[in-house]
Amino acid sequence: MKGAARWARRAPLLPALIFTIVVTQLPFVATLGISLMEWNSLDPENRGFAGLDNYVAVFTDSGLRSSVWTTIVLTVTVVLVSLILGLGLALLLDRKFFGRGAVRTMLIAPFLVVPVAAALLWKHALYNPDYGLFNGLLKMVFGEDGPHVEWISDMPLVAVEAALIWQWTPFMMLILLAGLQSRPPDAVEAAHIDGASSFQIFRYLTLPHLRQYLELGGLLGSIYIVQNFDAVFTITSGGLGTANLPYSVYQTFFQAHDYGRASAAGVVVVVGSIIIATFALRVVSSLLREEARS
Amino acid sequence: MKSLRYGGLAAAVLMATAACAGAGGGGGGNENSINVLMVNNPQMEDLQKLTADNFTKDTGITVNFTVLPENDVRDKISQDFSSQAGQYDVATISNYETPIYAKNNWLTPLDEYVAKDSGFAQDDVLESVRQSLTAADGKVYAQPFYGESSFLMYRKDIMDAKGITMPEKPTWQQVADIAAQVDGAEPGMKGICLRGQPGWGQLMAPLTTVVNTFGGTWFTKDWQAQVNSPEFKEATDFYVNLVRDHGENGAPQAGFAECLNNMTQGKVAMWYDATSAAGLLEGADSPVKGKLGFAQAPVVKTDSSGWLYTWAFGIQKASKKADNAWKFISWASGKGYEELAGKSLGWSRVPDGKRSSTYARPEYLEASGTFAKQVEAAISGTKPTDPGVQPRPAPGIQFVGIPEFTDLGTQVSQKISAAIAGSTTVEQALTESQALAETVAEKNRGK
Repeated sequence: MKGAARWARRAPLLPALIFTIVVTQLPFVATLGISLMEWNSLDPENRGFAGLDNYVAVFTDSGLRSSVWTTIVLTVTVVLVSLILGLGLALLLDRKFFGRGAVRTMLIAPFLVVPVAAALLWKHALYNPDYGLFNGLLKMVFGEDGPHVEWISDMPLVAVEAALIWQWTPFMMLILLAGLQSRPPDAVEAAHIDGASSFQIFRYLTLPHLRQYLELGGLLGSIYIVQNFDAVFTITSGGLGTANLPYSVYQTFFQAHDYGRASAAGVVVVVGSIIIATFALRVVSSLLREEARS
Repeated sequence: MKSLRYGGLAAAVLMATAACAGAGGGGGGNENSINVLMVNNPQMEDLQKLTADNFTKDTGITVNFTVLPENDVRDKISQDFSSQAGQYDVATISNYETPIYAKNNWLTPLDEYVAKDSGFAQDDVLESVRQSLTAADGKVYAQPFYGESSFLMYRKDIMDAKGITMPEKPTWQQVADIAAQVDGAEPGMKGICLRGQPGWGQLMAPLTTVVNTFGGTWFTKDWQAQVNSPEFKEATDFYVNLVRDHGENGAPQAGFAECLNNMTQGKVAMWYDATSAAGLLEGADSPVKGKLGFAQAPVVKTDSSGWLYTWAFGIQKASKKADNAWKFISWASGKGYEELAGKSLGWSRVPDGKRSSTYARPEYLEASGTFAKQVEAAISGTKPTDPGVQPRPAPGIQFVGIPEFTDLGTQVSQKISAAIAGSTTVEQALTESQALAETVAEKNRGK
């Protein structure tokens, strides 16, 4: 009787649950299934069950392994640098000055540029060794015989990172600015009266208050930058050791037409993301707990 | 954590749906219409404009076009054809896909249609182009819309000023010497532009033609990988050194578009690339118009070295409207269409490089006189099944006609691009590439 009542309450919700399972879990199950198959769309004769071959290929493929490392370096660098720059800009924008609205709008602009357009802008208008802005500036300062830098060839990963940092700094700035503006002004005032220096206020009031905003920015930024494709595709075409995981999966799927191996790589990415996210969140939450205790 | 997991899941969803897309469907529309999936090159867009007022008017067959950029169209075609969904009756495929698709039984052979259609004049189609669209069973599976090879484009004015005569059929050594001489002929001008951007269709295309003529090959006839062979290495060393010493700035990022830009802007004195670039360099608004000379693809051990590429129309096996589809192909790939395009759009816009009669038309020669003959010679000189000094296991000049090559070529090109940038050596790049090629070879040996 009790069970029946429970089911009567649950039943109307079942369609929604099934729908959720269908749209979120089934495709993943399909991907899992495909990852166990030998399936290259151009080679239908050899389609069939492959066992764990695709996973073996994923883990033994040196290109894929190095793209895992590239993804980590790229994400960590871009998130950290844009967080620091975003924090600086947010602190500056938090003060009242003439034309603040206009400056804020201009600072946000890079984030509003379509990612592939931003990547093209950096590749051609800024980095190009012949007509790019950077070498043009070098020429203006040092003359014709001045240094000639092949920006992308000499520092490929930095080149991709710089373009991404340029795009993501405004995002971090927005989040941190929102955090700064929600800071209770009376606490700051009280600290001033108590004789705290500006640095002390920043260190002991502002920073702890901003902690969750920093974490939010870091988390959202990481999710998006791990998936970044446009910058790598446009600026270096995955060359010079800049191929990250999304680019490698794209290459396996759309260029090699190897659905099996691409699915296996995709599964590995999901599992990896879950593991990393679990650890990252555990670290973050333990920090929070310590903060609460102290 | 939740949002992250769903982020990952979203990627998985995307992949799974992409894999399933194309299943189902089936040709729509009425009896007298066909669906055509086409790449969005300018020549195809012209074709689309001319269809309703000419083809449909004459035959009563409506043509529904789907026009997409090159990468997307390849993807969509391979999905529709591999599932034999039959959504599209006709698609533009290249000489890379044609033999592979034919082997997979995805295409309708065209020989019978050609035999019955006396006006089509298959004999007029350039031998090498026709051969590249013929599968291993000897049947023709696609008809070309236009074709291209590769050749050397150079600044005649710069050569004249330096007192250099470019041979009609230069060797790579001569080209390297000339590149050294003209490097810096004008402030900021480099000797030669060669692609360095990763991609099987970018860097790998010209480089493979160089490998062929240096005596190298990707695979021997019985599927032994040869990427670290002395000939392959010599050719790659040559290419990498030439572009590092006298090539364009930013070479590891330069593809067709970047080199076209460099040539148009006077940043390089020579450029080895697709013959289709000539029409752009000699276009009415090009700053280098009239200053150019054209020579055959440089050689070392072979007679010719140019590549062969053609966009062609094939009929999907599952199509229920093959007869109407052939009528469309016969019209679009026929002589009559060239006449029509020339008269209504201008002779420089004729889809060329596929029929020998094109090169006998006075109006066409007038519009493209500086390069027309060289293009014809370049395309006719190619041997798609025998481009090097040894027999090959699969057709193709600037590619190996196997499904695995798009991936293999792209991965190898990334390593060689790094060698051009100086972050690795050719030796290292080719050793790693040999391992990749060996995996592919092993798979094919088993077949």
